[in-house]
Amino acid sequence: MLALEAPRAFPQATAVGANARPTRSGQRLLIATGLVLTALFLVAPVAVIFSQAFARGFAAYRSSILQPETLHAIWLTAVTAVIAVPINMVFGVAAAWAIAKFRFPGKKTLISLIEIPFSISPIVAGVAYLLVYGSQGLFGEWLADHDIRIMFTPAAIVLVMLFVTSPFVVRELLPLMQAQGSEQEEAAATLGATGFQIFRRVTLPNIRWALLYGTVLCSARAIGEFGAVSVVSGRIRGETNTLPLQIELLYNDYNAAGAFAAASTLTVIALITLLIKAVIERRIGHA
Amino acid sequence: MGLTLTYLGIIVLLPLAALILKSAEIGFDGFWQVLSSPRVLASFQLTFTAALIATMINAVYGLLMAWILVRYDFPGKRFVDALVDLPFALPTAVAGVALTTLFAGTGWYGQWLEPAGIQVAYTIIGVAIAMAFTSVPFVIRTVQPVLETLDSQIEEASVTLGAYPFTIFRRVILPMIAPAYLTGCALAFARSLGEFGAVIFIAGNLPFKTEIAALLIFIRLEEFDYPAASAIAAVLLALAFIILFATNVLQARWLRRREASA
Repeated sequence: MLALEAPRAFPQATAVGANARPTRSGQRLLIATGLVLTALFLVAPVAVIFSQAFARGFAAYRSSILQPETLHAIWLTAVTAVIAVPINMVFGVAAAWAIAKFRFPGKKTLISLIEIPFSISPIVAGVAYLLVYGSQGLFGEWLADHDIRIMFTPAAIVLVMLFVTSPFVVRELLPLMQAQGSEQEEAAATLGATGFQIFRRVTLPNIRWALLYGTVLCSARAIGEFGAVSVVSGRIRGETNTLPLQIELLYNDYNAAGAFAAASTLTVIALITLLIKAVIERRIGHA
Repeated sequence: MGLTLTYLGIIVLLPLAALILKSAEIGFDGFWQVLSSPRVLASFQLTFTAALIATMINAVYGLLMAWILVRYDFPGKRFVDALVDLPFALPTAVAGVALTTLFAGTGWYGQWLEPAGIQVAYTIIGVAIAMAFTSVPFVIRTVQPVLETLDSQIEEASVTLGAYPFTIFRRVILPMIAPAYLTGCALAFARSLGEFGAVIFIAGNLPFKTEIAALLIFIRLEEFDYPAASAIAAVLLALAFIILFATNVLQARWLRRREASA
């Protein structure tokens, strides 16, 4: 998944004598099938979002976006993601550092633990958080006694965002840091550099593209998370609705124009994510 | 090290432990009662069947895409390669709204399919298509790197020996990419089982007909039936762990075999 691209220097099997011709027409057929399916399956959904969003012209689009509830949803999504993403950047760097630079028993188990959120349904993650911080949850009584509310507030949204995006940064950093080894850091340590100096001057420049890449993926997921957020946010209109939840609300209200306008903003973010990802992949590929 | 474990403990393990504790609270009988109710069984059956169909769609489409992206050159290849990750970057709710609009009676696809008697939106086929969309990159991105490292000399040798392209594919390439291919399919299946955002729009959500397990969890929560919600969630969690464990075992075995043969 999302593996770093290796350079594609592959001699094609078509270069071999008599079989070249039938293989070539087969090759064209395969490429054409693949491209047509991609257009129908991946491109059409994006196209339909924009065509619906602008179906009634730009002025209607503008007024749909500028509805107070949608604006609030955009603001809430941005704020919660801005809190969640940096926390997972720090965690990602710390975890990748611990796994790549030290030897300890249970390393493989730790890597599996880190990847758990990828294979768990977001709905299940949401329920799990509800059972920790909700009124009937593990800490429910204690929180109620101290007059702290977490569920159905933005804090709960940040918590589930942390859960679903926690593996992204580690997974991008780990292969790189493992491949680099720790000679450079050890050399810096011998020369008397402090831990933080080593990190800032030696480690960080080496991993910066992978870190950026992991952060981009992490942000995209945090902004777009739907299932887990819809369980813990309480979906209070104009209060705890993030942008994906707002899309559902508008869509179920038969406000298609509003839903597609909101969806188009998220689609633009997704396309920008893909662009940044492609650019960074080339950088990493050349490094 | 300590930070990593503490963070994992609080963010990942604590909530999962709470989920398991909560569903254990109702005891085996209570658990059984929740899961054996016809509506829950119907939702699991639908979820499984649709996830299987989705995985089959991705097994074919994903392998085709991985193949042409690695082996062939064509205009716009870089663009298509970037586009393949779209389902991971696009929020699932957006994907769900878009797919529903495409396949609804008046949509770009629906207006042709429905007169032909093919109903996609609000049926199990729609559920499967939404699941397939969100899990496409798994198959492509696990097969791609393995295809890249395959030694094309073996293929060239079999071409020289007169083998047909399909024979080469079946006898030479498929066995070599099989572990990665299966892993990708297993991940796609796991993702499909738990998918919520993309599916609920296109499913129509009729109990006993097009209601997926994840939605039923949600409905039970809104009824404040926490034990039932946590029991269904525990089953999905267990399935995710089983699939994760199985793919890990598969990959470990494959790595060992590759090291032994190298």
